[in-house]
Amino acid sequence: MNISDFIAKVEAEFEDVEPGTLTPTTILKEAFTWDSVNALIFLAHVNVEYDVEISANELIEAVSVNDLYNLVESKLTKIA
Amino acid sequence: MALFSVPDIKISGIAACVPEDVYLNSEYDWVEEKERATLIRTIGVEQKRHARKGTTTADLCYDAAEKLLELLRWERKDIELVIFVSQSRDYIIPATAGLLQDRLGLSHATMAFDIGLGCSGYVYGLSVIGSLMSTGRIKKALLFTGDISTLNTSFRDKSAFPLFGDAGTATALEYSPGTKPMVFNLQTDGSGYDAILIPDGGIRNFADKETSFEYHKISEGIYRNGFNIALDGIQVFNFSLREVKRNVNLLMEFAGTSLDEVDYLVLHQANKLMNETIRKQLKLSPVKVPLSLKEYGNTSSASIPLTMVTQIREVLEAGKSRMLLSGFGVGLSWGSVLLETDHLLCPAILVHPNP
Repeated sequence: MNISDFIAKVEAEFEDVEPGTLTPTTILKEAFTWDSVNALIFLAHVNVEYDVEISANELIEAVSVNDLYNLVESKLTKIA
Repeated sequence: MALFSVPDIKISGIAACVPEDVYLNSEYDWVEEKERATLIRTIGVEQKRHARKGTTTADLCYDAAEKLLELLRWERKDIELVIFVSQSRDYIIPATAGLLQDRLGLSHATMAFDIGLGCSGYVYGLSVIGSLMSTGRIKKALLFTGDISTLNTSFRDKSAFPLFGDAGTATALEYSPGTKPMVFNLQTDGSGYDAILIPDGGIRNFADKETSFEYHKISEGIYRNGFNIALDGIQVFNFSLREVKRNVNLLMEFAGTSLDEVDYLVLHQANKLMNETIRKQLKLSPVKVPLSLKEYGNTSSASIPLTMVTQIREVLEAGKSRMLLSGFGVGLSWGSVLLETDHLLCPAILVHPNP
């Protein structure tokens, strides 16, 4: 997994995100509707794509796209 | 581990009944249009049925049973067991199964009781009724499942209101030596009891006129009182994505078969995002995993039989089908069953008129 691949896949998951608009430093709440529904869409996506589980508390702490990436990355490292 | 088989029990018929009133989620004006569209797309519920006050789950189940008995031409005296699986009983006491026994004109030699489960209720109900029939050689039995969830749901709760619909079902079972066994894998994790909860009205938080009726702001767009159903979406979501595939895989291993051998996986209709994610985890094509969410929403313990009736009844009536049924949610309680249906009697969905 690398961050550009991660971002491309996340952009494809959300209806209100145009492809190519997210960067690692993008603040989630400023870029799109980062609410509970979109949080579930994200959880479902990383579950199928990377087979990782993220808790509500972990998700609340994520502010930027990079935070989300690191969160998923840390889970992958644990499995490996 | 609650992995076991139940031999010699045949499912003869399944009927489902919904109340007359249709609620369109496009008219859910508690949230603004854009959020509403995202919500509808994500949960996959465009419309659902709402019971009016005065209609009970048992009323819907009764209609379904009358239809089945008429089509099966069963003698009522042959029915010796009735189980009502629901979280929306007619009364706090007594059990609703007895009311159904009497209303259906079944004999006093009928064993009748309730089971208080929701999402997992159909699978649990089949295991209990099948086991009792198998060991007791009970000739004929009726399993009722369903809920009226909408009366306990707060309109001002965007996390619950658009999701739930009302429905009741009846399943007719017969003791039939030589029928392929039903194979079960049933599980529980009560530490997650508060993931889906109606806090007040039981004995723990007895109904209180000062506190139970008062609405509280839980978060943006979510207001509830003590009698309203409270959902912890992320907790339920993570639990379901973690446990359902494990439960199914273990069942397949125990039964010595694989998902390739299954014609249909009918999941509890939780919400579209959840059901589709589980389907992708199990690498099954959409045609093998029917959904009834779009027209009926999440109908609790009725969702599995309702999906069979509304989505694949022609196939089930025409011949044999190898079915995998899986329910998961409130409790937390979950379970799956592998079974074979053979020319299942499956009348089109019934509509219960408003009182």
